[in-house]
Amino acid sequence: MAYTAAKSLDEAFAVLAGSNVAIIAGGTDWFPQAGDRLTAKSLLDVNDLPGFRGITRTDAGWRIGAATRWADITAADLPPAFDGLKAVALQVGSIQIQNTGTVAGNLCNASPAADGVPPLLTLNARVELTSPAGTRILPLADFITGVRRTALQPGELVSAILVPHTTGARGGFLKLGGRAYLVISIAMVAALVRCDAGVITDIRVAVGSCSPVACRLPRVEAAYLGQPTAQLPPVDPDWLTDLTPISDLRASADYRRGAVARLIERVLRQITHAEDQRDV
Amino acid sequence: MYDTPDTVDFHLNGQMVQVRPEVGERLSHSLRERLAAREVKVGCNAGDCGACTVLLDGQPVCACLVPTQRATGRRVETVAGLAARDPVALALSESFQDHQAAQCGICTPGMMMAATALLRVVPQPDAAQVQDALAGVLCRCTGYRKIIDAVVAAGQRDQAAHAVREGKPIPTGAVGQAIPRVDGKAKVAGTEAFGDDLAPAGALVVHVIRSPHPRASFTFGDLNAYLAAHPGLVTLLTAADVPGRNAFGVIPAYVDQPVFAETEARHRGEAVAAVIGHPDTMARFDPALFPIQWQPLPAVETVAAALADNAPLLHPNRAQNIMCGGVVRRGDADAALSRADIVVEAHFDSGFVEHAYIEPEAGYAVVKDGRVEVYACTQAPMMDLDSMAEILALPRAQIRIVPTAVGGGFGSKLDISLQPYLALGAIKTGKPVRMAYSRTESMQSTTKRHPSSIHLRIGAMNDGKLCGFDFQGDFNTGAYASWGPTVANRVPVHASGPYLIADYLARSRAIHTHNPSSGAFRGFGVPQSAIAQESLFDALADRLGMDALEFRILNALQNGQPTVCGQVFTQGVGIGACLTALRPAWAAAKADCAAFNAGNTTHKRGVGVAAGWYGCGNTSLPNPSTIKAGIRADGTIVLHQGATDIGQGSNTVISQIFATALGVSVHDVQRIGPDTDHTPDGGKTSASRQTFVSGNAAKRTAEALRHDILTRCNAAGDAALHLHNGVISVTDTAGTHDIDLTTLAPDAEGYVLRAEESYDPPTRPLDANGQGVPYAQFGYAAHLVVVEVDTELGLVRPLHFTAAHDVGRAINPLLVEGQVHGGIAQGLGMALMEEYIPGRTENLHDYLIPTIGDISPIDTIIIEEPDAHGPYGAKGLGEHVLIPTAPAILNAIRHATGVVMTRVPVTPSRLRAALKEAGYV
Repeated sequence: MAYTAAKSLDEAFAVLAGSNVAIIAGGTDWFPQAGDRLTAKSLLDVNDLPGFRGITRTDAGWRIGAATRWADITAADLPPAFDGLKAVALQVGSIQIQNTGTVAGNLCNASPAADGVPPLLTLNARVELTSPAGTRILPLADFITGVRRTALQPGELVSAILVPHTTGARGGFLKLGGRAYLVISIAMVAALVRCDAGVITDIRVAVGSCSPVACRLPRVEAAYLGQPTAQLPPVDPDWLTDLTPISDLRASADYRRGAVARLIERVLRQITHAEDQRDV
Repeated sequence: MYDTPDTVDFHLNGQMVQVRPEVGERLSHSLRERLAAREVKVGCNAGDCGACTVLLDGQPVCACLVPTQRATGRRVETVAGLAARDPVALALSESFQDHQAAQCGICTPGMMMAATALLRVVPQPDAAQVQDALAGVLCRCTGYRKIIDAVVAAGQRDQAAHAVREGKPIPTGAVGQAIPRVDGKAKVAGTEAFGDDLAPAGALVVHVIRSPHPRASFTFGDLNAYLAAHPGLVTLLTAADVPGRNAFGVIPAYVDQPVFAETEARHRGEAVAAVIGHPDTMARFDPALFPIQWQPLPAVETVAAALADNAPLLHPNRAQNIMCGGVVRRGDADAALSRADIVVEAHFDSGFVEHAYIEPEAGYAVVKDGRVEVYACTQAPMMDLDSMAEILALPRAQIRIVPTAVGGGFGSKLDISLQPYLALGAIKTGKPVRMAYSRTESMQSTTKRHPSSIHLRIGAMNDGKLCGFDFQGDFNTGAYASWGPTVANRVPVHASGPYLIADYLARSRAIHTHNPSSGAFRGFGVPQSAIAQESLFDALADRLGMDALEFRILNALQNGQPTVCGQVFTQGVGIGACLTALRPAWAAAKADCAAFNAGNTTHKRGVGVAAGWYGCGNTSLPNPSTIKAGIRADGTIVLHQGATDIGQGSNTVISQIFATALGVSVHDVQRIGPDTDHTPDGGKTSASRQTFVSGNAAKRTAEALRHDILTRCNAAGDAALHLHNGVISVTDTAGTHDIDLTTLAPDAEGYVLRAEESYDPPTRPLDANGQGVPYAQFGYAAHLVVVEVDTELGLVRPLHFTAAHDVGRAINPLLVEGQVHGGIAQGLGMALMEEYIPGRTENLHDYLIPTIGDISPIDTIIIEEPDAHGPYGAKGLGEHVLIPTAPAILNAIRHATGVVMTRVPVTPSRLRAALKEAGYV
């Protein structure tokens, strides 16, 4: 058993090749799941790996290193398409969590209530996985395969989240919970909208906490595409059939279905209003 | 085998330190256990409470979520380091003291760290910025508003203001002065020692084996073989190791809870055995390997299931699982309801509520000079001593209970929890033994607020006068008695609210289920009954076409009128004054809501009002407190104060009363205790009794001491005392007389003058109909709240509270405000978000308590209707403060939307369902 803050990928892969190894980045999900007892595993700390922390702009888009903190997202100068992700960064847990927890860790934890997933889905984010065999890149929707399940293979590390450039679009995010702060979402909605001359010309909408894995809602997107922002229609419940909300201690399934419709309407109003202001 | 850990070097408060952490060791653990930085508090080990917040390279983090190795080469700051040198933190410390932003103090180090990080970046933050920055730290005592005020004020404090403060004379702390807490500095500096902060290094660690099932029988495997196979374990404890009575309880006739279950566990989390070992071994201890076979049995988890025919009995001598009941009958409720012009009727439900103090139960025990000493957080040291004497089969003189600082109690720390495991372990091993409950363990195994199922009918005549009241309440009392009998007794006495009701019937039952025991929680069942009564009062006012506040004022109890127990107070009934004090806020709020609602469709505002009363002290039972004081030959005045301060402020209140009655400054009084070796019985910290009962004992003790002093020099009653260098100078109109203390013979404790006095409130037993004198005094309260309801999402946001409290005399007005704020926060939690579900909400992220963003501004109106029995006229306050909150919120929701909610908590999901049913789109 050892704790290794790996300084190179080679060192990391050597540790990962051993038995009984857990990967730790921010630790904000790892410690609560480990419980009060000391772990019997070796820990591979990926925070110091070259290129793992930070946000960089490339020709292809934006690269968010796997050890990038939520607070780094808040501090970064990012285009309006990232407004939803930025809103998440200010609402995940608390400042203490935002200073420690990582965006990539939020994806790897694969909770149905992971706040980071919906905005990253609307950004068409992809997950970069690195192993001694090289790298492979998966769309986010293919990376999270179920509740607490991902496509991460043994011996593989998430090295970055890749976001392609989106021009002219603005993001937004709304979280619904049972108290003001420090709350696991009952439901959350992220959207990315481009408007031209008062008409929605591109739209992506994703919802979390209402299905095993957060998902895009193509029927909602199709319904709003081409709509004038001055008169957005209400959400038709039939557009939400991709969602499979459950009743749990936070809310009933019926409540979640209704709340999601209202949240979609509100986040679209919020984004299109901001766009209108920009045009003025 | 484990590898030898690598060393980790980092800067701790400016000093280079080195530790060898285990793999997966939390920074909080390294700081507390390897570096003695016990100012870093642990409340949850999951990042939910923020008590362990430290600054890592200047950024606030939860130390429980950081591997110690991540601190390598970095700067770690804790509150102890700040207190020493940081100018920002110094201003903050002073501001926390001035605003009484620390109550119990367990969250204070975390709050201080988060606030310091903010002030370094934003020197003059506004309230919203403070809320965002401090949101990661939960507080269960203060209601957060004083914390917000303290941080905002710290930012605005300039050098001139500081100088003005320095130049002012220090207040003497006379009754009525809003002085800072006498014990506040240690809380703000992080030096206050709570349950887990005192254990000696290397103490053995206890882990309790608990039932994973609500009901199960069990058999142990080969315990000796298990022990032999695990070298780091020292010993085990089971029921066989209990030398005395394997049972504890708080009411002698209902002592029914085993230290260790013997054949069957009756609730999830019940203790069946304990394992004691060396700290390194216990850090890796896996309870799943403990040799025990569980046989789950059919459980009754609801009151309905427990009352069903052929339901298994939790206790064979309690038929139908009914533990006990209570009744108050006056006049003829049925006849009155028959003749009433209007009758309203409804059923109300509430769930378990968890105390959720930020300090889980913790302590240590040691055998010293043949006696066992238990250092742990508790609200009732003498009751702990009584229980331990029975369990350990030891004479009382062989046991010492030393309460540590208590990081919140609210009623649950009245019952013993880990004390028997500590004491049995220390006796069996002969070594110091420590334990701190995990958050889950604390939530699973300690008491809760009783779930209630209440049916209520109330009548009124067309003139608005109440006419008939019929209350039936069933209370889910869980597996063991705890304070269930008290709840069953108190509820019928209080269910009327502070109103004149001639024809009244209230019956209650406490019913066992396979759940954690329901016990004492701020209000003993009265908050639940107030929800029913105050909600139906709004229904009555509606039907009568009367204003809801005026309806209450019309029916408010007055001096000279009998309570439902037939008790007549000729003085001190302050509910009318509380309610009328709300009139201006009520009128303004109604107008504001109407204006807002005219312009909004999805969001609606409403205002609600509710009242409450609460009898201070035990119900018709002896309830004495004793206070001792002495003066040493050098002139030091020592107050032996055995009443535990759990954050509510009794250390300060009792000191102020004592100092005022003696005629000295509170700063001249040195305080000792509580400690069963050194302080007489100050009674338990419950039932809003410490200001009233212990306050009276302190006043009598001071008066006796003063009388002794004045008699010695034949001075007038209003003479001034001045103590200096072993002399008491007594000055009256005739001149100054000096008493040379050094000429007096000191007693065994070193006192040349001493006094010890008791006070027991005058009550009389209740008869078969609940008629009698249950309490010597009641306190009274009325709350008003404005809420905004998002009708589309079912969200309720309180916008403003106005709280009027009759405290008789505010011994310390700032402490009064602190109690009011904290009570409102807990009442709000009960109304809107809190429900403990065994097995599902056993942590602080599934069980939600209000955060710093959930509590709106609060205006506190202090009413002083003096009470003849109270010290300087003072009344108790601790429980009154949350009784009206939840019904006021429900009434405001009703006013905003027309929807009547009869079940708490009113979660967004439940409210939205009700709104939909009422036709809201």
